[in-house]
Amino acid sequence: MPINYYIFLSVALFAIGVVGVLTRRNAIIVFMCIELMLNAVNLLLVAFSKMHHLKAAALNTATNAGSDGQLFVFFIMVVAAAEVSVGLAIIVMMYRNIHSVDINFLNRLKH
Amino acid sequence: MSVTQILFWFLSVIALFGALMVVTAKNPVYSVLWLIATFFAISGHYILLNAQFLAVVNIIVYAGAIMVLFLFVIMLMNLSKESEPQKNRWLKIAGAVAGGCLLLVLIAALKDADLKQSEAMVNVGNIGLIKNLGKELFTTYVIPFEISSVLFLSAMVGAIVIGKKD
Repeated sequence: MPINYYIFLSVALFAIGVVGVLTRRNAIIVFMCIELMLNAVNLLLVAFSKMHHLKAAALNTATNAGSDGQLFVFFIMVVAAAEVSVGLAIIVMMYRNIHSVDINFLNRLKH
Repeated sequence: MSVTQILFWFLSVIALFGALMVVTAKNPVYSVLWLIATFFAISGHYILLNAQFLAVVNIIVYAGAIMVLFLFVIMLMNLSKESEPQKNRWLKIAGAVAGGCLLLVLIAALKDADLKQSEAMVNVGNIGLIKNLGKELFTTYVIPFEISSVLFLSAMVGAIVIGKKD
């Protein structure tokens, strides 16, 4: 499969995530769009790792080149899980204080 | 058109349609469900690339744990009944145009990149199997792996401290 297809698919998913962050006001949906962007990057990392492996395997058949990319995806998933737990705790606290998850209320630093 | 290509296009269409529905759905619960569909499509892509470990981890961690957490928070807040306050129309159009411009610029920049003969290896290759990744993880990447346990501990403490009723 040509690598271009994976690049364009990931770029499209990332752009949809950016549009979601810019157009929605619900904090939870903004957060979900951030997860979508992380997944677009993960998909591209895996595709690139397989591309790199194909080139390295042509020279040396016993290589495991390209597993770095997949381990980076694994670490991105680890960090995303930690981020989600803290982020959702912050959203729950915000809902408890102002009874809304509208991000337009989060402008206290401005005043 | 081979089976691999048919599967690639099928999964891509599901992923893009699911992502669009995440952004456009009115009800947050539907957004979560569409996002789970998107994650399953991305897991299908991982299986197509023979990255089976990541496919299973993606389903377990993302579709299993993270999205259930989102669903729980939405249910606890009882948001699904009331309608969400909308941004005004011009801000929405401006956001969509800005995202579209990003898409356009990235595609225009990458369209002519010299990648014509680069292929991603599908269906074959054993670097994505758990044997190879586990060996790498516990030899080359053992320090980041241990540090990530500290990260999880701090995230757990942080979530409890923030979520605690004071």
